[in-house]
Amino acid sequence: MLAAEALELSSGWFLENAWLIGLIPAIGFFIIIGVGKHLPMKGAEVGLATMVSSLVLASGAAVQWVQRTDSADGHTEEAAGAISGFVRSLSPQAAEGGHASEPFIEPVVSTWVWWQNSGLEFGIGSSADGLAVILLWLVAFISLLVQIFSLDYVRGDRRYTHFFAALTLFSGGMLIMVMAENMVQLILGWEIMGLCSFLLIGHWWEDYDNSRAALKAFFTVRVGDVGLLVGTAILFFGSNQWAVDNLDSNGFDIAAIQAWALSGDPSATNWVLIAGAASLFIAAIGKSGQFPLHTWLPDAMAGPTPVSALLHSSTMVVAGVFLVARIYPVFWQGFNIDDGGLSFIAIIGGITIVIGALLAFVQDDVKKVLAYSTVSQLGYMMLALGTGAWLAAVFHIFTHAFFKSALFLSAGSISHSGSHHSFDMKTDMGGLRKFMPVTFTVWIVSTLALTGVFPFAGFWSKDEIIDNVGDHGYTFLFWVGLAGAALTAMYMTRATYLIFFGEPRGAAAGELHGDEEHSEEFEMETLTVGANINAPAVSTPVPAGYADGDHDGVTDGLTGGVGSAGDEPHGGSSHAAGEDGSDHHEGPHESGPHESGPLILVPIVILAFFALFSGFTNATPLGEDWERVKTYVEPRPVEVPIDQYLASGPGESLRLVVPNAEEDEGQGEEAGEAEHGKVGCGYDVPEPGTACFFPAVTHAEPTINKIFLSLGVVAVAYAIAIAFNVAYYGRKNKHLNGLTQRSRPLRAGYLFLENKYYLDYLYENVIVHAIAHPIAKGAYWFNQHVLDATVDQVGETTKKTGIWVYENIDQKVIDGAVDGSGHVASETGHALQPTQSGKVSQYGALLFGAAAVFAIVLVIVNVS
Amino acid sequence: MLVVNFLLLAAVLFCIGVYGVIARRNAVLVLMSIELILNSVNLNLIAFSLMHGSVDGQVFALYVIAVAAAEVGVGLAMVLMIYRNRRSIALDELSEMKG
Repeated sequence: MLAAEALELSSGWFLENAWLIGLIPAIGFFIIIGVGKHLPMKGAEVGLATMVSSLVLASGAAVQWVQRTDSADGHTEEAAGAISGFVRSLSPQAAEGGHASEPFIEPVVSTWVWWQNSGLEFGIGSSADGLAVILLWLVAFISLLVQIFSLDYVRGDRRYTHFFAALTLFSGGMLIMVMAENMVQLILGWEIMGLCSFLLIGHWWEDYDNSRAALKAFFTVRVGDVGLLVGTAILFFGSNQWAVDNLDSNGFDIAAIQAWALSGDPSATNWVLIAGAASLFIAAIGKSGQFPLHTWLPDAMAGPTPVSALLHSSTMVVAGVFLVARIYPVFWQGFNIDDGGLSFIAIIGGITIVIGALLAFVQDDVKKVLAYSTVSQLGYMMLALGTGAWLAAVFHIFTHAFFKSALFLSAGSISHSGSHHSFDMKTDMGGLRKFMPVTFTVWIVSTLALTGVFPFAGFWSKDEIIDNVGDHGYTFLFWVGLAGAALTAMYMTRATYLIFFGEPRGAAAGELHGDEEHSEEFEMETLTVGANINAPAVSTPVPAGYADGDHDGVTDGLTGGVGSAGDEPHGGSSHAAGEDGSDHHEGPHESGPHESGPLILVPIVILAFFALFSGFTNATPLGEDWERVKTYVEPRPVEVPIDQYLASGPGESLRLVVPNAEEDEGQGEEAGEAEHGKVGCGYDVPEPGTACFFPAVTHAEPTINKIFLSLGVVAVAYAIAIAFNVAYYGRKNKHLNGLTQRSRPLRAGYLFLENKYYLDYLYENVIVHAIAHPIAKGAYWFNQHVLDATVDQVGETTKKTGIWVYENIDQKVIDGAVDGSGHVASETGHALQPTQSGKVSQYGALLFGAAAVFAIVLVIVNVS
Repeated sequence: MLVVNFLLLAAVLFCIGVYGVIARRNAVLVLMSIELILNSVNLNLIAFSLMHGSVDGQVFALYVIAVAAAEVGVGLAMVLMIYRNRRSIALDELSEMKG
């Protein structure tokens, strides 16, 4: 009767053509590389255009995804009205009451066959679901703002075009990865990002440290990438047969992997899943900077600040988190997250939170503080994923992207206009709030968001993580999370105090001195400045230009020199001359700290706005109506009948059959069990003929006590940190100053932190040394004594054989044969010469003689 | 029995022709000897044609006569040219074909 009530999901042009979002920046990259240098804005306009179009498309896709979800939910409600009482039967085994009536929203897939061989086929294209759409929009949005910021920030850079090209491709890689429908495309996007991070971190590769940092980032991530390849292979071989049999798909398909992991099929044994999940998580550790492979992340600060902002907010580092979130069922089953056991992911996440936060205390470089803060926040995301709080993790990706990129870009603004390209908080900053009010406001808003103060974005996401971790029974990790929040508040207070309060120091006070990164350039520049001051004003440009010549050519140096000679009153003004050629600068400008230009301020203000308000997109404590992200992004843990899933091709809408009443009867008891939240997808084996694509994760009910607890912890941490900072840096309290020198345990702790837990030492000197050196020595010995000896021996033997062959075979046999044939031919010719007398009658005689001979032979042969 | 007579006559003519080709110095005589050879072959063809009762051999003989006429035409033209150049048609004086 009504059993075949079908459910139409709306789709749309933007959802079906989501692949354009990733394709456009990829094409943009080639345009910039190809013709960028000849364009009026040196290729930057192409990058901006691609980002704008990606953002527009992603926004359209987001709107249509919301419509699609609404169409499904709305239809369900109508159906429920028509056949009242059957509502629960729509998704009878959904764990939570609130989810019971929500159908599974099938992703909109549009792909083209990429590779096809012996029945195995996978495509390239897009698969738009909630998770993909939110990240597509996020990446496009952040990338656009970062590119706008870069317009001013890297102006005049010697590789300006290449910078924009790499930045565009970098965003393209992330977009391609996020929309991946199969693991191969995911790896493609993943590796594009790896390559571009290398290019961007090493953007100023003339500096040895920078190229070294780029290599370090590349190699560390590659260590994890091995896990990605191995894990993909394991999952392929594990799931392929099941996927072919049941879904008419294969083991590269992400949806198939999800369904397989939750299918309870014998092939989805624990060991296969654990091995696959562990390998993939190693990849996530490498990419997302989790302990113990987080060491590349702070070094990645060697790149220009916009790169750091992009790398550390919405792209690169959340790729690992995204990977885990994307094929979450594998981790759910593999690490037994459903049992509430202590999972590998949660432990790593917890460790990362604390070690990242502690390391942020001993950094003097503001970008490194933020880098370790990112490490710590990524730890939160992993912690959430490891404890089953999928939604909280994804939501934290979303909010974190805004406030972390705002913080990084603020740091860029400070160094650009406030501290003269220094990032050293202790020597070159302080008191900047008077000079840079806008940047200061943005910084404060983002800091409050990062530390999770009500009502900023971080409060809603981070507290949800901590809340869910506690709710899922991980008491210890709950306290780790809270401790991490307290530490976050403290180190951010320290950074804020050092940058914006107190007395201006160093460059912030308008002093001239070199910073670490560009010390050589500054020395040279100081000499130039001296020349400028002594020489007459007219001739000053020339030395400035020549001194600068090996960096960027004379022209830039000339303009810089002219400018600096023009406004000489400030001692530091001539900085522009040398700096102009070396990296990021917009030519002559007044010295001393000042506010940045609009191209820098507009992006960070927009980001600050989102840092303030983006939390309200999923404000769980305010009630269900506020849980937008939950409604639209979290996949529904519903058993989907496979034949109907198959019936819907790319771009088509899914028809869901409302199960009839008979099924409903059996669900009574299970509905009762559902109260405990331990049934449904991810807990039970799905009914035959159905498949789950997402486990039934539980959500914590927010309680006022927990909110106050976390807010209280943050408030106390702020109070302590402010008091300490004022005492330590402001009043130079002598009890506190030098404490690390006086107290042995404190000094040990400080050294331990300052050396980053000796992890770099461990990797580079112990592991690499221990592994590489014996191997290298062994290899050398082997090379010299075995390989070389063999090669020598072989060479000698070959030579002797060759000589013998030359003398005997070549000379005697082959040459003999050749010469012999020549001789024979020659002698025969001489012998036959007399017959060629030229006399016709003789020729005739020969002809007839020969004919007679042949005739006789013929007769003899035929007769006998 | 009749055929044997024809074949014997053809063989005699052939041998005379061969002798003429090999032994004669005069180019015209050599050409005439070649005609003898060809005609001996014609005799053979016609004899076998009679023996087997088919006209194939006679048709071949007609072809041979036509070819022989052409050959004699070419040959006499060459002899004429040789004579004009050298005032002699003695073949043993001609050794331009020596290899």
